[in-house]
Amino acid sequence: MQTTSGPVHPGWPARLHVVTGKGGTGKTTVAAALALALAAGGHRTLLVEVEGRQGIAQLFGTDPLPYQERRIAETGDGGQVLALAVDPEQALLEYLDRFYKLGAAGRVLRRLGAIDFATTIAPGMRDVLLTGKIKEATTRTEAGRRVYRAVVLDAPPAGRIGRFLNVTAETARLAKVGPIKTQSEGVAALLRSPMTQVHLVTLLEEMPVQETVDTLAELGELRLPIGRIIVNAAQPPLLAAGPTRSALRAGLAAAGLPAGREVVAGLHAEAREHLAREQRQARLREELAELGHPIVELPLLAGGADRAGLGTLAAALG
Amino acid sequence: MPSHLALDADAILADPGVRIVVCCGAGGVGKTTTAAACALRAAEEHGRRTVVLTIDPARRLAQSLGLTELDNQPRLVKTDGDGGGELHAMMLDMKRTFDEVVEAHTDPQRAQEIFANPFYQAMSATFSGTQEYMAMEKLGQLRATGHAGLEWDLIVVDTPPSRSALDFLDAPARLARFLDGRMLRLLLAPARAGGRSMFQFMTASFGMFSKAVQRVLGAQLLRDLSGFVEALDSMFGGFRQRAERTYQVLQDEQTAFLLVAAPEADAIREARYFAKRLVEERMPLSGLVLNRVHHTAVPDLPAADSQAAADRIAAAHPEAAAALRVHATLVQQVVREQRMSARFTRAFPAVPYLEVPAQPTDVHDLDGLRAIGAALRPAPAPA
Ligand SMILES: Nc1ncnc2c1ncn2[C@@H]1O[C@H](COP(=O)(O)OP(=O)(O)OP(=O)(O)O)[C@@H](O)[C@H]1O
Ligand SMILES: Nc1ncnc2c1ncn2[C@@H]1O[C@H](COP(=O)(O)OP(=O)(O)O)[C@@H](O)[C@H]1O
Ligand SMILES: [Mg+2]
Ligand SMILES: [Mg+2]
Repeated sequence: MQTTSGPVHPGWPARLHVVTGKGGTGKTTVAAALALALAAGGHRTLLVEVEGRQGIAQLFGTDPLPYQERRIAETGDGGQVLALAVDPEQALLEYLDRFYKLGAAGRVLRRLGAIDFATTIAPGMRDVLLTGKIKEATTRTEAGRRVYRAVVLDAPPAGRIGRFLNVTAETARLAKVGPIKTQSEGVAALLRSPMTQVHLVTLLEEMPVQETVDTLAELGELRLPIGRIIVNAAQPPLLAAGPTRSALRAGLAAAGLPAGREVVAGLHAEAREHLAREQRQARLREELAELGHPIVELPLLAGGADRAGLGTLAAALG
Repeated sequence: MPSHLALDADAILADPGVRIVVCCGAGGVGKTTTAAACALRAAEEHGRRTVVLTIDPARRLAQSLGLTELDNQPRLVKTDGDGGGELHAMMLDMKRTFDEVVEAHTDPQRAQEIFANPFYQAMSATFSGTQEYMAMEKLGQLRATGHAGLEWDLIVVDTPPSRSALDFLDAPARLARFLDGRMLRLLLAPARAGGRSMFQFMTASFGMFSKAVQRVLGAQLLRDLSGFVEALDSMFGGFRQRAERTYQVLQDEQTAFLLVAAPEADAIREARYFAKRLVEERMPLSGLVLNRVHHTAVPDLPAADSQAAADRIAAAHPEAAAALRVHATLVQQVVREQRMSARFTRAFPAVPYLEVPAQPTDVHDLDGLRAIGAALRPAPAPA
């Protein structure tokens, strides 16, 4: 079976997909599902994380990822997803090594905490190293062919994404000349090209939606290309209207269940509260629709985000 | 979970011996909400002069606390209750707090130089850990200065929305280590700092490293950096000491930690890490506040039965069938949440625990906070 990089997926016309959103909305899960969806049909994709949290390994139930591209999942039809946890320290060492041949000295520096230090003194520099590595993977070719059909980044959360992607501005402030500056300009060009799309994951809850609105405005100002809004863990509406108590009583009796006052009142209250939530969610859906970006909804997985669940989400995306 | 030790958070808020309450936990679980609810309750129900230091509150919650501008000062909140209590609220402005620390320790001209340094600008706004450090710093200030000539009866502290709850404990020390400048000095003057005899190899690689960094970053950056370090060096009697002092305040018995979690896998995992750490470090962990817990009004009807009944009557009684499906979904969630919370209570049987029900809507006004506050007392034992 031949795994190919192929042309882009018609519904997802970018090479680099940046997946962000408010914390806890499902960025890691959705990024993994998207990497699977884009690998379907015998393609190779790369799923990347940058915050040292090992979220991908946790999701797939594997050992922590090294700073190395490793196969983490396959689609039934010959597609494969590789995963990489980009570590800023390692990226810096790799970078310095390319220019300055550090060798064993690098290890000593690491032990001293110097690398950690150097990558934290200037957060902008750290981000350039991370995005630089992502750019390298996105544009890598072998024998004249792309290695990956697409790279999917499980990105920092919405609150930090603007700064993370706006690399040139951050480094320009600190490094006025030199290779870091050149590198950051290359990264910025990729991020602002049609090769890249930033997708926003949200839940149908007030705060994540608000953060989606704010982030879209920020990304727009930074002229970063926006892809889709991904509404995660959506539930189909169950109720058209709140049931009356008498309808409940009749239904319970027909089903052979106890239909005492307390049961009826309890179910009635639960239904009313649920209805209020569905109405709020409908309003939030409208608010998102008004933003004018394509929206895709992913179902709430009853069994959680295991491998089968990821397959379900991937199918909904692809 | 009646078998588990009940946490009476309300009694902690009423206890005059408790002067600081820290609400910690993973992001998004309700730390800010819980902190605000605690402070409001202490003021209204227990007559205490209370200040709550919030960090990044949701916009509407901030508005209802009267925090429309970020001026880094406590503001009196108009509350009910006539027990002599007061609620003051403030929002942490990290950059401003950093500026204040600088201003307090140096002359105006020097301060301006520091503010203009691009390195200071980058770091005071973005260095990971700055927010945690400044939260601690502000806590120290609130404790030291009080309000209108009196000490605060109670200071309630929210913690930054870091990805890991532990950052709150670790970040200040990390930042302090950095600002202490040992590593900076090593980097800027490798030959001097390392000494000849002891660490030949280390200094050699350091020289190389710093040369590499110079080449990569440019000499300009290192000049700015060294200007910054010198300025800091001249004025601080040790950031590390400051951080250590606040750390000790946290270990004090006048402090109470409320660990906030939601009944979700990630939040519970973070809560376990945090609880382990607090116990190890002898921090005064009062208990776990499990927030946003769902309840069913019909506990005797299991999900599967409800679902099966819904299927049976779907055609003849669509309304009732829909309500039974809603009930089934809710019960599934309740069961899932109970499994999650058991992961914590099993691991920490000695840590008291309390459930705060999920409110039907987001909490962004004082009434919403009062509802949360009322849940801070353990439910009476079931009959
Ligand atoms: N569609 C879904 N249905 C059910 N559960 C989901 C779904 N998507 C995500 N989850 C669950 O929600 C939780 C949070 O998801 P995830 O870790 O992907 O979020 P995140 O945005 O990456 O969080 P963080 O901001 O902490 O990185 C996980 O427990 C995950 O299994
Ligand atoms: N018990 C609760 N019921 C309903 N919503 C809640 C509850 N606790 C918190 N919330 C909501 O959850 C969101 C996150 O709460 P917040 O306090 O800002 O979390 P944190 O400070 O831990 O990040 C807010 O919109 C808040 O209104
Ligand atoms: Mg994640
Ligand atoms: Mg908060």
